[in-house]
Amino acid sequence: MSNLRIIPRLDIKGKNLIKGVQLEGLRVMGDPQEFALDYYRAGADELVYMDIVASLYGRNNLSDIIRRAADQVFIPITVGGGIRSVDDARHILRSGADKVAINTAAIARPELIGEVARHFGSQAMVLSIEAKQVAPGKWEAYTDNGRERTGLDVLQWVQRGVEMGAGEILLTSVDREGTRKGFDIDLISQVSRLATVPVIASGGMGSIVDFLKLAESARPDGISMADTLHYKRVQLGDIRAAALKAGLAVRQV
Amino acid sequence: MAKKITLLDYGMCNMLNVARALEHAGADVHVTEDPRDAVAAERLVVPGVGAFSECMRAVNRLGHGEAIHQFVRSGRPMLGICVGMQILFEASEEFGETPGLGILPGRVRMIPNTDTDGVSQRVPHIGWNYLIEPQAGRSWEKTLLEPFGTESPAVYFVHSFAAQPANDDDRLADCNYGGHRISAMVKRDNVTATQFHPERSGTVGLRMLKEFLSR
Repeated sequence: MSNLRIIPRLDIKGKNLIKGVQLEGLRVMGDPQEFALDYYRAGADELVYMDIVASLYGRNNLSDIIRRAADQVFIPITVGGGIRSVDDARHILRSGADKVAINTAAIARPELIGEVARHFGSQAMVLSIEAKQVAPGKWEAYTDNGRERTGLDVLQWVQRGVEMGAGEILLTSVDREGTRKGFDIDLISQVSRLATVPVIASGGMGSIVDFLKLAESARPDGISMADTLHYKRVQLGDIRAAALKAGLAVRQV
Repeated sequence: MAKKITLLDYGMCNMLNVARALEHAGADVHVTEDPRDAVAAERLVVPGVGAFSECMRAVNRLGHGEAIHQFVRSGRPMLGICVGMQILFEASEEFGETPGLGILPGRVRMIPNTDTDGVSQRVPHIGWNYLIEPQAGRSWEKTLLEPFGTESPAVYFVHSFAAQPANDDDRLADCNYGGHRISAMVKRDNVTATQFHPERSGTVGLRMLKEFLSR
């Protein structure tokens, strides 16, 4: 296994970095560039940008923000939200992204996963899954920031997505997102066990203890956090230091 | 004066990021699709991302294969990145057998999906991993890794396939993935190539690119 990646996540609406609770109830945090630069300098392993209103407009509007980021941020960038076609993916990759994360369009037409993988390599095709618990040990995939149900079972969708060519899974717990109540460890463990490609876990981190607990029990490949960093409740360097102290394999910077 | 770098564009996607990282490292970057520019370059960078066969198809269509061969013979410094490293080898088994440029002996193979204990592991290999000395040993002196001395810098990998150099002397650095040694960097004469992405490896990667400019 590679080193566990620590991945700040920037949810964007228009020009602004925003933060919500369970992907709703948004609050403006400021210029995403300032946050991105801070995180890069503080040793982030990677960044994730999500255009959270893209599905309303039917397209991703992050290319300018990504272009600016790529000028000064020399770590991998994943971009998601409103990517519906190979052309959309190309546009975002040409703006400076390394990978695209696709949810809604992949559910509507799973063949898109294979098309993006064939054009740009499976490593650039991240399957974004918004998971909501529907019964003990059972989760349903949602779209549109956790508003629309799809009827798809998350574990089955993970398997199918990987078969279709997804090179990575970005797994967001809709129930935990923005709550600071800790990660959905059961969900992440099950997906992580099942997937043959790397899994990035997102949603719910409130403290360093949550990070350590998830890393030790569910063994994801990356852990993403937003709220807790944006509000400076936790510093990136402190997460890394605590992980190293706990004997976890994270990059030494 | 800024050192001139020619960046060979054959329609794969990560041009912008490579160009920006090189500029950040102090280069005056010229992006070109014209094989004549590549042959005449002071320093040539050949990036690449995606599938080996698609890259080779583009390289052949644009006449870049012969240009890269000629440039290598010139003795001027060249850097290959990711699939830009893989295409230097003889062939790849990605999506069937595809011939490469054959500048370095060896083949490109899928990364094993189990570790050396037989436990399944992720493919693609994505993330930060440490560069280590190859088994046969190799000095990093007078290479892009010289600034790191005896440290093992962490760099960013994202790949499902990896080159297996037939010649141990070509291996400059490896990484350990589930107990398997993966060739992370090769060097022969004026040709250096990385399986990882220096343009995405933060300050460590920028340091290597700076080193490429100074040699």
